[in-house]
Amino acid sequence: MVSPLAGALAVIVGWMTIGLAALVPAGNAFFARRLAFPLGTFAGLALAVFGLQALWMPAQQLILPLGLPDLPFHLRVDGLSGFFLLLLGAVSAGITIYATGYFREETADRITLITLLYHFFLASMALVVLADDAYLFMVAWETMALSSYFLVTTDHKIPAIRSAGFLYLLVAHLGAIAILLCFGVMHGGSGDYTFAALRAADLTPAWATVAFLLAFFGFGAKAGMIPLHAWLPEAHPAAPSPVSALMSGIMLKTAIYGMVRVIYDLLGSVRWEWGIVVLVIGAATTLFGVLYALMQHDLKRLLAYHSVENIGIILLGLGMSMVFVGFGQTAAGALGLIAALYHTLNHAVFKALLFLGAGSILHATGLRNLNDMGGLIRKMPVTAFYFLIGALAISALPPLNGFVSEWLTFQTALQAPLLDHGVVRSLLPLFAATLALAGALTAMCFVKVYGIAFLGQAREPEHAPRAAHAGPTHDCGAAERIGMAWLAAGCFVLGLFPASFLLMLNRISTALIGGGLPDSALESNWLWLVPTHAAKASYSPLIFLAVIVAVTLLAFFLVRRFYHGRVRVAPPWDCGFPAQTPRMQDTADAFGQPIRHVFGPLYRMRRELPGPDDPKPRFVLQVEDRHWYWLYLPVARVTNLISAKIGLLQQGRISTYLLYSFCTLIALLILVR
Amino acid sequence: MEHAPGIAFQILQSVFVVLAAPLLMGWVNQCRAWLQNRAAPSLLLPYYTLAKLLQKDAVIARDASPLFRVTPYVLFGCMWLAAGIVPVLATDLPFAPAADVIALVGVFALARVFSALAAMDIGTSFGGLGARREMLIGFLAEPAMLMTMFTAAFISGSTQLTTIVETLAHREFAIYPSLAFAAVAFLMVLLAENARIPIDNPTTHLELTMIHEAMILEYSARHLALIEWAVSIKLFAYMTIGFALFVPWGIAEAGHWGALPLAFASLALKLAFAGAGLAVLEAMLAKVRLFLAPEFLSTAFLLAVLGMLIHFLMQS
Repeated sequence: MVSPLAGALAVIVGWMTIGLAALVPAGNAFFARRLAFPLGTFAGLALAVFGLQALWMPAQQLILPLGLPDLPFHLRVDGLSGFFLLLLGAVSAGITIYATGYFREETADRITLITLLYHFFLASMALVVLADDAYLFMVAWETMALSSYFLVTTDHKIPAIRSAGFLYLLVAHLGAIAILLCFGVMHGGSGDYTFAALRAADLTPAWATVAFLLAFFGFGAKAGMIPLHAWLPEAHPAAPSPVSALMSGIMLKTAIYGMVRVIYDLLGSVRWEWGIVVLVIGAATTLFGVLYALMQHDLKRLLAYHSVENIGIILLGLGMSMVFVGFGQTAAGALGLIAALYHTLNHAVFKALLFLGAGSILHATGLRNLNDMGGLIRKMPVTAFYFLIGALAISALPPLNGFVSEWLTFQTALQAPLLDHGVVRSLLPLFAATLALAGALTAMCFVKVYGIAFLGQAREPEHAPRAAHAGPTHDCGAAERIGMAWLAAGCFVLGLFPASFLLMLNRISTALIGGGLPDSALESNWLWLVPTHAAKASYSPLIFLAVIVAVTLLAFFLVRRFYHGRVRVAPPWDCGFPAQTPRMQDTADAFGQPIRHVFGPLYRMRRELPGPDDPKPRFVLQVEDRHWYWLYLPVARVTNLISAKIGLLQQGRISTYLLYSFCTLIALLILVR
Repeated sequence: MEHAPGIAFQILQSVFVVLAAPLLMGWVNQCRAWLQNRAAPSLLLPYYTLAKLLQKDAVIARDASPLFRVTPYVLFGCMWLAAGIVPVLATDLPFAPAADVIALVGVFALARVFSALAAMDIGTSFGGLGARREMLIGFLAEPAMLMTMFTAAFISGSTQLTTIVETLAHREFAIYPSLAFAAVAFLMVLLAENARIPIDNPTTHLELTMIHEAMILEYSARHLALIEWAVSIKLFAYMTIGFALFVPWGIAEAGHWGALPLAFASLALKLAFAGAGLAVLEAMLAKVRLFLAPEFLSTAFLLAVLGMLIHFLMQS
């Protein structure tokens, strides 16, 4: 029996070896093209098994004699890291097998580079989760940021992608600085940066709050929470689709891991005020994410905005949990943490699936703009099927997995009467209301995506001529199918057997909070999901699915038995309207029109209506993210201004610089005696 | 076989709701005809219509995908499932714990998403328009519905409809202000979700104003029959949810055969009143402009939230 820590380490080394091996026979891409990704898939599956094993075992530690002298790498695997290893392994396995097919047609120099970076990216994410000291954590965190930066800029010849990559790098480093400062605050001058020392350090409430804020915003920048999200809808679509899936599905979750690790584990005593901060930001992130997603017509950008929204949902669960823990209600706190972690896993699975679906569309048609698509279900039935599962899952519809975690979050909010504080007690349901609104808006958004892209008639591509893709649109290949099927199966398994995962996550919350769900919740069997007590709330997705399938089939057979199945095929009726062209269908922007109407003030909109006597009428609509204008551009302006002032010092003449040195020396001689 | 009476009740209720739902529709139409000074159609007209539609050959548009043909059955299945969860005749049904009120809202959302997708399948202009409007109504109505459910859930400390009904039915008779707010909000959601006036007009085929009708334009024969039937079950289910939350008296407990006649009688009485009330409302109100619908529904949402806050205020 291999210990999970050794196993996970072996997987990391394996991934790195695969990445390096792709470079070795220079100019020969056979390994990278045929073997690297399948091998990486097996490594991912193995990591998932080790993660699962770690969840049920006591924590293990290891000190690696690497790194700087006197500063070895500390590794540790406990339930929490085991859970994230499971997430990383299982989801990356699906994405990697898909990538086998997706990257097949790349040129030799590109595929070798992609293979190297891709596997280093995976390995660094696993190391982030395993790290047990601030030093290794930051090394792994930066490796993750850099490898993903180079993956984002795979198509670096396109200027827009270069600038997207730069923005990503910038925000990632701002976040990294905040995290570094947070570790600095937490260690309190002892000189020991192992997590064990940070855990033991005793902070005053003020310093603890500073550390919390640094960690929250530092990790939040990586997670894409409002208002630090602007890089996300730029960078995720720029990357090749499997990499987008990795970033949205898994990389954002390492930030959630960091938050949970620092706030619950390292800082310890959680305060309820922190929970309110998390809740407010989480609610804003949820709403803005979905509202901006509804305005997008670029499929991958839309999915990226949905990642912002889902991070908000996770934060809502986390914030509720922190509020409850802060008030000493550990059972409700455990429920919130479980809801947040469960949504973390669920989002990883369905968002990866959706990005892979978007990748298949891009591969088959060369299209990313929804307004150019239409009727793809007839040309790509397999992709359409898997995408439908992902779309139903993200829309939080029962009996799939997205519903389970939102249900758990609602149940957490319904524990509000336990709180002593009157204001906070009535605030929690309001956050639940935000979640309800966001969930319904997500459903609208995915009706739009699915209806425009897969259903209806094919539209004439206006924005991207499909010259690059000769030949008819084809469905995805075998490797892509396996990848998507794996993730779609994940949506079902997580949706139908939540009780088993609840037990697993309960171990994590017991370890972190010191209390788990009440016994009345745990004694129910695998069929029933019970958060507190069977009389209060229960949900059984398997029975739910069985009944819905049974009654649907019953209806079908009754109709067939007593009547008939005769069908006549005819042209569409459409109220008898004679001339129908595909141009008369809704576009993605038209579908969002009611939202623009209702939530108008939240967007920065520019609309140009053509006049009645315009010979070439053209309707122009531009919807932009307001955060650019109130936060990013002013900050950029101020930064430029300051740099320009400092730039005045640099004259470019050696005599001036000598003068500076001379003045500095004089000043130092006067000051330092 | 300790569950046998429960299962018998479950099957009895599910079949009863499916069979009785068109009757409710007929009753509402009859009341409305009387109010409009018309000669009323037969109470059984919805059944005749269903029988007629089921016998006809289905006409399907050329490019319809499998999704289009599956959707009517899915809709019917979803509504049938809802009819099994709601305590129409009896509480404590064996299937009830499988889905609480949140899952119930989820079932309606599932049905809505499928019908909107099917509407966009053919690629006609009206289909997309209907889908877009339906989703607009849906995303506003769903949170309002959840909030009314949460108010009841906070009062009874549970999201199980069975527990909610038992708590609310056995309390001493006192007016809960929070429930009053929730009731108004629920009524508004009921009107919107069931495509009734003032949000939508179930009898219109005027292209520019229709919402629900625009989505099902391409359906015919048995598919249309199933959708119409599902619509009537939905109305039935919503009304009985309302009864369960706000007038929960007279509902039997599963397995108590003696209480069943009373349950039937009280249900018939409540439905007769509710159906007539719906007809009166529809006769008095006019359909509002589409972009007033968000205002209507956000009022419902705010009322529901207010109800919830009042509950907390009264408690502390």
